[in-house]
This record gives sequence, C-alpha cells and structure tokens, in this order.
Amino acid sequence: MQIKLLLFGIVKDIVGKNTTELEIIPNTTITDFKSILIEQYPKLVPYKNFSVAVNENYVDDTYLIKANDVIAIIPPVSGG
Amino acid sequence: MENTSIHVTTEKLNLQACYDFVQDASCGGIALFVGTVRNLTKSKEVTLLDFSTYKPMAIKEMQKIADKALVDFDILKIAIHHAEGELQVGHIPVIIAVSSAHRKAAFDACQYAIDTLKETVPIWKKEHFVDGEVWVNAHP
Repeated sequence: MQIKLLLFGIVKDIVGKNTTELEIIPNTTITDFKSILIEQYPKLVPYKNFSVAVNENYVDDTYLIKANDVIAIIPPVSGG
Repeated sequence: MENTSIHVTTEKLNLQACYDFVQDASCGGIALFVGTVRNLTKSKEVTLLDFSTYKPMAIKEMQKIADKALVDFDILKIAIHHAEGELQVGHIPVIIAVSSAHRKAAFDACQYAIDTLKETVPIWKKEHFVDGEVWVNAHP
C-alpha cells in the first residue's frame, strides 16, 4: 500500500520536498518503516534518530502502520 | 478550553494579549517567558531565524502542555503563543504567560511549559548566518 509522508526540517531539505509517498505492506512497524525509508534515502543515515508521528500524534517503534495513515517524520525539534 | 490560549501564527506575537488573557482578579502573580532571537550562536553572527512548523500537530502538542500545566500546577490560566516564518534579531518567537494565586506555581508552570515545548512541539528553526544556514539540533 502507498502511504503519505510529511517531511520537515533537515529531512525535508535532504529529500528535497515536503511530502512524498512510500510503498509498504500493511502492518509494517515503525522500526521497519524507518529502515525502508533510509534504504530509499541513504542520505538520511546520519539523521536516523528522528521521531515519527501518525495522524498528528507521536507513536513508538512498535506501532503498526495502517492504510490511510498520514506519517510525519519529526527530526529533533528546535522551537522556542 | 477557556483557561488556555494556544496560537501558532505568522503575525507578530502580542505580549499584551498574552498578559490580558491570563490576568485575573483572583491571581496574585503572572509569570511571563518571552523568547527572543539573539544575535550570536557559538560566536557566529545570526542574521535571521526561520521557523517552520507542522502546524496542526504543533497546536495539539502545545494544547497538551497547557492542559497538563493546569492539572499539575495550581494555576488559573496559561497562554502559549509561537511564531512561524522569518524573524530578525530581537524579535519574539515564543511567549508563555501563566497566572496563579501565588507566584511559585506560576514560575514552575512557566518553566515546565517552555522546557516541554522545546522537547516535544514540532517546530524547527533554521539559523541563517552571513555565510550559510543550519537547522538547529539537527546534527548528530
């Protein structure tokens, strides 16, 4: 299935756009999703400590991705 | 919630509006934290900061901070306002205002709110220097 990714900060700059799509199988974990993403964008390796949000909420690495989930890559934040 | 005011905006932040929101006859003190863009990072001259946000999630996370502050501290009201877009040196990226009957709760809640915002709210700043630019916190 295709999932929609939202990209921010340094990840947006590395990938070169603020949204993209990724092909994964249903019930992929966040851990596996991160590996797939980094395989596709090897330049992200030094920045792989990013967090992941699904539908605007942080999730942990065991979360199983569902169809229609909107996944956001959250590199270390620096507001304030 | 009527005791919280949460904003993420490209407009100039309004200190008076934050103060007025939290001010109340029952409160003996108001704590304000005002973040400002400083002119140097590690001795390098900063020309401007560019704040980008994942706005809907940033608002949700800021609301969570405000709601938790109301539960955990003996405060009456809290405002958390954050700017997005380009800010110059001296401009204000963030304001936190907290009112309470007694000062300690206001100080503690204010500190909790800014410390947590810096850890959890999906906002990123890019520092621009004369000779380049860098995403703050991004480098391992």
